[in-house]
Amino acid sequence: MKSLLSIFVLSAFASHAFADAVTPTVNKGDTAWVMVATILVILMVIPGLALFYGGMVRVKNMLSVLMQVFVIFALIAVLWALYGYSIAFTEGNAFFGGFSKVFLKGITPDSMAATFSKGVYIPEYIYVAFQLTFATITPALIIGAFAERVKFSAILLFTVLWFTFSYLPIAHMVWYWAGPDAYTDAKAGEAALATAGFLFQKGALDFAGGAVVHINAGVAGLVGCLLVGKRIGYGKEFLTPHSVTMTMIGASLLWVGWFGFNVGSNLEANGLAALVFVNTLLAAAAATLSWTVAEWIIRGKPSMLGAASGAIAGLVAITPACGWSGPMGSILLGLLSGGVCFWSVTILKAKLKYDDSLDAFGVHGIGGIIGALGTAVVASPALGGTGVWDYVTNSVAEYSMMTQMISQLWSVVIAIVWSGAVSFAAFKLVDVLIGLRVSEEDERLGLDTTEHGETAYNL
Amino acid sequence: MKLITAIIKPFKLDDVREALSDMGVSGITMTEVKGFGRQKGHTELYRGAEYVVDFLPKAKIEVAVPDLLVEQALQAIAKAANTGKIGDGKIFVTNLEQVIRIRTGETGDEAL
Repeated sequence: MKSLLSIFVLSAFASHAFADAVTPTVNKGDTAWVMVATILVILMVIPGLALFYGGMVRVKNMLSVLMQVFVIFALIAVLWALYGYSIAFTEGNAFFGGFSKVFLKGITPDSMAATFSKGVYIPEYIYVAFQLTFATITPALIIGAFAERVKFSAILLFTVLWFTFSYLPIAHMVWYWAGPDAYTDAKAGEAALATAGFLFQKGALDFAGGAVVHINAGVAGLVGCLLVGKRIGYGKEFLTPHSVTMTMIGASLLWVGWFGFNVGSNLEANGLAALVFVNTLLAAAAATLSWTVAEWIIRGKPSMLGAASGAIAGLVAITPACGWSGPMGSILLGLLSGGVCFWSVTILKAKLKYDDSLDAFGVHGIGGIIGALGTAVVASPALGGTGVWDYVTNSVAEYSMMTQMISQLWSVVIAIVWSGAVSFAAFKLVDVLIGLRVSEEDERLGLDTTEHGETAYNL
Repeated sequence: MKLITAIIKPFKLDDVREALSDMGVSGITMTEVKGFGRQKGHTELYRGAEYVVDFLPKAKIEVAVPDLLVEQALQAIAKAANTGKIGDGKIFVTNLEQVIRIRTGETGDEAL
């Protein structure tokens, strides 16, 4: 008891000392965690997402999906270093960052990136790599919407355009800020906020990328599958998954990797990281259950594909909320997302008659919107959420669900409109330059042999 | 000589082979096939899409037997492949004009 008391006194003293003079330091524990988290997010893309998607296509298109995901990962990784990081994460205007760090100019092993605690930093290089993985998975998610019918070259060109004009500005709008140390007093806080991204200034909360990654990608996918058109034989022939086993392996790798995605986004290995961990775990589990039960009741049988899809729907929905929700809020959000996403891919999609092959919009778009709006509800301290930290007063700010909901709506609407417009223009341009769709004969034969000259399984 | 072609449930293949061996039939050809009769198929659901699978996996066996053994062979197959449930399959019998054992050149009943 006595030692506990002295720790209290010490920590009170320490935080008081911090307020006066902040000495930025790199924390080795945080650094190690963000390195591991970066690896986990890479695991989500290759092979997680590749297998999740690959299992859902017919056997003649398996390699085309694996190849699209694999090469998009490599392509965006390089573009990220060339100009992506600079446009997303340096000061510019409210919509685009600047060019001060193109080619990663000026970054050294001693450069530091801010976390969410004053005076706590991680090396900028690992922050660059961590954010790189987010940039790679987002365009890779899009290809699910028009799998099995689009040229590989068209996908790569679209990816470059969309990454540059949709991913980078939205990432900048949502996530760019001056860091906590700039918020020394009310006046400095105001000045710092004025340099932040547009949606950050609007107060939108997006912990790990509900708007930046999932709504952004989901809307691009919807626009893509509408412009490209349905697969030949849609609604008449068997367009069944060739291996739900692969899809289950992929979904499980995504689930594991998502701890890097969400918990890593905390940038520090602390108590809040542990809360994010629990939230991520519970939301995915709850959504798995709600999708399975909904399918069991409405379609008569609980399917493995449904359970795997439910887990992803839950992970998508908790992504923006995971740093502010409590565990019970996460379960609620997961249950809701599993049910609504089930409805969107089985009933809504059938009614609207669009061919989103692997449900990039139905799961990521819809789940992302549920998560972004749901964040305003589950973040409320009255409902077990953490509330929002005020870096000026160094305490939890007063919370208004209505105000927060309006902020969240801003992020949802901007992401939908921005990504929708950029995607439309980019797809149209690619269609004019090289054509989006493969020939009917190639589509019949499958993209593996016609686009890549190989076969997935030579059994 | 007759050629007996039987379409049976795949899991009954071993029983049928045993029954035929017991009565002295020494050669069987088997093919994995798909088809449907009165049993019809089943429905598979993948997210929003519903597919009716009409063709179900079956085993097709072909046996050539001398006229003397035909009745016995038919009974053996029918008994071994029977489960009493819909989808047990069918047996077809056709005339066989000639049989030749490739290695020795024997023909007719000798080649069976």
